[in-house]
Amino acid sequence: MEKKVLKSKWNLTPEGWNLEGVPSSQDEKRYTQVGRSVPRIDGPIKVKGEAIYTGDMTLPGMVYGKIKRSTYAHAIIKKIDCCKALKLPGVLAVLTGDEAPNKWGIVPQAANETVLAVGKVRFYGEGVAAVAALDEETAEAALELIEVEYEPLPVLLDPFQSMERSQEVLIHEDSKGNIMHAGEQVYGDVDKAFAECEYVLEREFHTNYPQHGFLEPHSALASYDTQNGQLHLWASSQIPHYLHRQMSIVLEIPMNKIRVTLPTIGGGFGGKGEAAPSEFVACLLSRKVGRPVKVVYDRQEVFYTNKGRHPCHMKVKMGLDKDGYIQAVDFDNTLDKGAYSGWGIVVLFYTASMIHLPYKVPNARFRGRSVYTNKPSTGAMRGLGGVQPRWALECLMDEMAEMMGISPYELKLKNAIESGHTCINNMFVPHSEFKKCLETAVKKSGFLEKQGKLPFGKGIGMAGGYYITGTAYTLYQNYKPHTTVMIRVDTEGGVTLLCAAAEIGQGCNTVMAQMVAEELGIQYEDVHVQSGDTEIGAFDLGSFASRLTYAAGAAIKMACVEINQSLKETAAGMLGVRADQLVIKNHEIYSMYEIKKRISWEKAIEVYTSINGTLVGMGNFSPPRRKGIDIISGNRVQGANIGHSPTFGFSSQVHEVEVDVETGRIYVKKVTEAGDCGTPVNPMCVDGQVEGSIMFNIGACLYEDQKLDASGKHLNPNFHDYKTPTTMEMPEMDTNIVESYDHSAPFGVKETGEGAVQPTFPALTNAIYDAIGVRFYTLPITPEMVLKALKDKKEGEL
Amino acid sequence: MKKLIELDINDRIYEVAIDARDLLIDVIRNKVGLTGSKKGCGDGDCGACTVLIDGKPELSCIKLAIASQGKKITTIEGLVQEGGQLHPIQQAYVDHGAVQCGFCTPGMILSSKALLDRNPDPTEHYIKHELSGNICRCTGYKRIIEAVEAAAKVWSKEGVQ
Ligand code: FES
Ligand code: FES
Repeated sequence: MEKKVLKSKWNLTPEGWNLEGVPSSQDEKRYTQVGRSVPRIDGPIKVKGEAIYTGDMTLPGMVYGKIKRSTYAHAIIKKIDCCKALKLPGVLAVLTGDEAPNKWGIVPQAANETVLAVGKVRFYGEGVAAVAALDEETAEAALELIEVEYEPLPVLLDPFQSMERSQEVLIHEDSKGNIMHAGEQVYGDVDKAFAECEYVLEREFHTNYPQHGFLEPHSALASYDTQNGQLHLWASSQIPHYLHRQMSIVLEIPMNKIRVTLPTIGGGFGGKGEAAPSEFVACLLSRKVGRPVKVVYDRQEVFYTNKGRHPCHMKVKMGLDKDGYIQAVDFDNTLDKGAYSGWGIVVLFYTASMIHLPYKVPNARFRGRSVYTNKPSTGAMRGLGGVQPRWALECLMDEMAEMMGISPYELKLKNAIESGHTCINNMFVPHSEFKKCLETAVKKSGFLEKQGKLPFGKGIGMAGGYYITGTAYTLYQNYKPHTTVMIRVDTEGGVTLLCAAAEIGQGCNTVMAQMVAEELGIQYEDVHVQSGDTEIGAFDLGSFASRLTYAAGAAIKMACVEINQSLKETAAGMLGVRADQLVIKNHEIYSMYEIKKRISWEKAIEVYTSINGTLVGMGNFSPPRRKGIDIISGNRVQGANIGHSPTFGFSSQVHEVEVDVETGRIYVKKVTEAGDCGTPVNPMCVDGQVEGSIMFNIGACLYEDQKLDASGKHLNPNFHDYKTPTTMEMPEMDTNIVESYDHSAPFGVKETGEGAVQPTFPALTNAIYDAIGVRFYTLPITPEMVLKALKDKKEGEL
Repeated sequence: MKKLIELDINDRIYEVAIDARDLLIDVIRNKVGLTGSKKGCGDGDCGACTVLIDGKPELSCIKLAIASQGKKITTIEGLVQEGGQLHPIQQAYVDHGAVQCGFCTPGMILSSKALLDRNPDPTEHYIKHELSGNICRCTGYKRIIEAVEAAAKVWSKEGVQ
């Protein structure tokens, strides 16, 4: 990058000013800590094997909990007999569903899960009883001794069949038609718009059933103090707060008697974004036996209880005018909910919101329903609600560009939104460099030179995408700030950030340290981060919806204003200058006019604390709460509060593939990506998120799919039969962070954790079309499908 | 019936009472107390439990503890250098951003060490091939490969062990 050359002989620009013409993220004068690829603060302990995960912990007197699982996918529980298990030496307690019947679920209006099945099981592997024993072997042996009598019910595995047969059998008594929720959103006059369109195309798309595959299985360790009624839970969770809340509901003890602590977390990707039975079982058993109880799932249990991505059955129709501008989108979605509601309503309406960005859509209609089936529940998985509709829409646009005889790049660029865009559903985009993403990925990959011109079997495809940077609303009715941070400064502890945010591997602790250091004028290494603890940390909603960098950034900025003001006042007195003329930078406080007047930051702290004691700054963040309305009629639209975000991240990907026409195997050779994440607080971490996202969804597009047999039994509940990408499947990856600064955001930041998964499915699917001339509308695209398609194509040509 | 055996882990002899069917991973984690080795699947599919046995990477979740007697076992805790310095591979993982959640990391680093011990000047393909038994769900592998390549440079120059 070229450095700005100052014209004047003297550099008179006061330090700390943003020099016009230099993007602030790259203005070294403005930021010293933000924008640096510093190594993660938890890197060293992780490479040494010293990081403590929940499963690594032992407490004095700790015993082990295990869960007995259903061998039916849908059945009435007639009887559970635990007598024999209780008699086994070493068994301390047995737990059944009746003992904790309160329903839990992350969306309280729809909460319908219980810790262990009550009266009925709704998927294969659902927990029916649990045991606490002195060691794991005894606990396992005890499970064998528990006798459960079932009366099997018809098993419904497909959402359409589930709706059809709902007269005959209901999965939840209170959900008519086996529909968890159905909704409709209409904006503008869709039918009229279609009638006036030059090009109209409608297609059906079907997505698969992948799961997260985080490497650390769900683990929980609970310790209940029988004397004071205080419960301490260590859990591998992304959402300490929501877990805390639900624990209080299930155990019927107040939240202030429960403390949730996150040890190191081995990945989540949404799969730890709901409470898990392991956590409830550990707590309930600990309360029962008065000793600490640890529950660690084995991999099979993770598969049985996973809350993977919703299979979606989508009908999408799009209309363009003669110049290729989108006039209308009609989207019908049937989601496979699995057994319990969880994130259900939210996911349903997220898929609805996805049609409004990153292209301008003046008329839109959504109809959707989320349908119960006898499968492990679906839930939040990286890019929640976005991945499926994005795939459909971007593939459809690729096809429409072909209809028009133009490049998909031209079509997408033409319709791309820009900064300051308000969608028809009132979603507001303060800032967008989406066009820059499209341009960068296309240019760097040579897409235009290659598309349609590569030899048979080789192909290139592109797609765009976006994602939210946090939500506008909490999942239960409340208007409290979504994040609160407390920053403590004194001569003993130095600088400590206290926030209950969840470091799940994404790197938020490092990024938060960088942001605190930036604001306080110190180095990121000077900042201690105390996160993931509901008692020590100030309130935070959790790690989901790609919200943390933005939300914590805003709260940190606010907390630091308080601290800096106090320090400046102290220093002003010492230096004999006005406090508002002071600058704090690089561990120094100095006058911006008389730069000789300076003292060290540490000295100011010392003086401040010797008078007042510890210095504390509090900050919080509440997102703008826009309403979901039709902006033309002004009418409220059901479910349309979902999808709003303080700002949005954008990205584009170009995939190059080779298809082996003999074996049907698809090799992803190269991925060129360009992302608008605002200011990259830590560019190395951003790249890591993006690369991880790409591989994650290459896996889900080509290999990953959970299979159940006709009785609902999981057929591939292990990493042997459920294939995830290895190093051998890794393509060459060229990821690019486009220049971007969102003035409405703290430090100009946006999301990066989930946006980059969005374009992967469609870019890859479009590349496969370019390679072999076949469009696929079902995922995953397996070698068998490729071979069959090639055969059909050949026969068609004869 | 428990049996008393000796295991040589990171150049220290541990005496442990085990059952004949006890798996090495469980003994290392629960009896010896070295929890750096992780159990991601317990089925031999993910590589998180990788340890070095006589220098060769082995999946400790499908290996009996009893069969590991008389062999030299190295776990992630055994890689730290004198004075608590990081091993060059560990350092490379930190510097290159090859660590996210860190759950795959111990196994991944030990597989990396084994491959560099065998071939200090590996091609990218060789690295990928040798690490293909270790699943990482976070990183997309790119930075892991880069870290190994960076470590290889130090390796061949300084002849690290
Ligand atoms: S835990 Fe041994 S291979 Fe997964
Ligand atoms: S860093 Fe999380 S699995 Fe590799």
